[in-house]
Amino acid sequence: MAKLTFEKALEQLEKIVETMESGALSLEQSLKQFEEGMQLSQFCAQKLDETEKKISLIMEKTDGTVEEIPFEDHNA
Amino acid sequence: MVWISAEISNLKVPSSGHAYFALKDKNAQIAAVMFRGQLKQLKFDLRDGMSLVGLGRISVYEPRGTYQIILEYAEPMGIGALQIAFEQLKQKLFDEGLFSDEHKSALPFLPARVGVITSPTGAVVQDILSIAQRRFPNIQVAIYPVRVQGVESVGEIVAAIETANHIGRDDVLILARGGGSLEDLAPFNDERVARAIFNSKIPFVSAVGHETDFSIADFVADFRAPTPSAAAEMVIPIKNELKSRCAGLTGRAHRAMHITLQALRNQIVQSNRMLVHPGRRVQDMRLHLDQLATRLRRDLLARRQHQRARFEQARSRIIHRGPDRVLSLQKANVDVLRIKLLQSTRIILLKHHERVGAAQAVLKAVNPSSILKRGYSITRTIAHRKVVMNANTLYPGQPLEIQLAEGRAKVMVQSASQSNNED
Repeated sequence: MAKLTFEKALEQLEKIVETMESGALSLEQSLKQFEEGMQLSQFCAQKLDETEKKISLIMEKTDGTVEEIPFEDHNA
Repeated sequence: MVWISAEISNLKVPSSGHAYFALKDKNAQIAAVMFRGQLKQLKFDLRDGMSLVGLGRISVYEPRGTYQIILEYAEPMGIGALQIAFEQLKQKLFDEGLFSDEHKSALPFLPARVGVITSPTGAVVQDILSIAQRRFPNIQVAIYPVRVQGVESVGEIVAAIETANHIGRDDVLILARGGGSLEDLAPFNDERVARAIFNSKIPFVSAVGHETDFSIADFVADFRAPTPSAAAEMVIPIKNELKSRCAGLTGRAHRAMHITLQALRNQIVQSNRMLVHPGRRVQDMRLHLDQLATRLRRDLLARRQHQRARFEQARSRIIHRGPDRVLSLQKANVDVLRIKLLQSTRIILLKHHERVGAAQAVLKAVNPSSILKRGYSITRTIAHRKVVMNANTLYPGQPLEIQLAEGRAKVMVQSASQSNNED
């Protein structure tokens, strides 16, 4: 399975919710969809919060390697 | 040195890279040369028919003995050289297909990291960072520091684009610079920058210059933002909106699950209702029976009460109009009737008395003896003792008896005749 992105997860969650709301599912299907939906919801929430604020300057050194140094954020 | 203004004709650029052409106007012409070194400084390409203003020195081409002008500098007449260069590059890149939509890629929905190629100092980078933090707190931003004007600028921008692609950790790149004149924006109209943008595998947003002016970079980039702030808004979603969308969907999933479960539960309840345990059924029926019995009893009681009430009513009515009362009533009636009877009897008796009296008076008046006393007499036949009323019934010699007031006499008819005279 391809790497799940936030966008894909949100799309899937939307689809699942719509299917569930259609009420055409059996109990087993509903439970399965619900479980999947909850996992996606958790994934989305995680994606939104997981990143740590990080602003860096990308400097390329003379030897071709790249160095990341923290950037002074004057607004912080 | 002389300034010359004329039109280019018969332009030739051989492999040496020097340009040879004629400069002419309506009346005159002169051969002209522009050496490779000077030619490279021009921001535009020389073309046949182009009018230009040039600065050069006059020299003699000795092999032919002709004058010529060696141009040090030239610019198109009437329009700035930069403008011409811009238009030419734009046309060239357009023809190559660098601007075509098929090469454009979509923006990421939620970039994990945003690469910003700009000057690390100044308002632009701060604007982008503050908008980024406002829309999506904690979003990661990588700044690729470059000079955005001057000779070094082009090389730095190209290197930054290549580095970002090499690292491959940014989901989107923003090339940003505040507004400026066409000269200030020169690096963003540079062909090398344009090609670097075109070659970038990372979605690219150009945010250079004014809202109205377009740079070459704007045309090549996947998206063009009118300002650096607008670029940040374009690239970075609002975290709270995404959160509430997520929460909304999660809530809907919960509700849908709840509704599904509720529906199934209802179905079970419904089925249970139809599937009754026989014992329960018996019990139910027993209960029902009890209820019916109770109702029956209640009905009976009620009916009895009702009847009793009716009976009481009837009895009271009987008491009111009972035999005693009827008797006394009848007795009174009888009394009245008796009185009436007596009265009427008396009246009848009186009436009869009166009638008897009258009759006696009449009788007295018609009593034959009283008539006889007044001198009349009654003649009867002897044989039949019939009162003789008509002489015609008589025959001579018929014996008759005459009754008088005092005594009787026997006589014989001598003759009889009818007379109408009343005597």
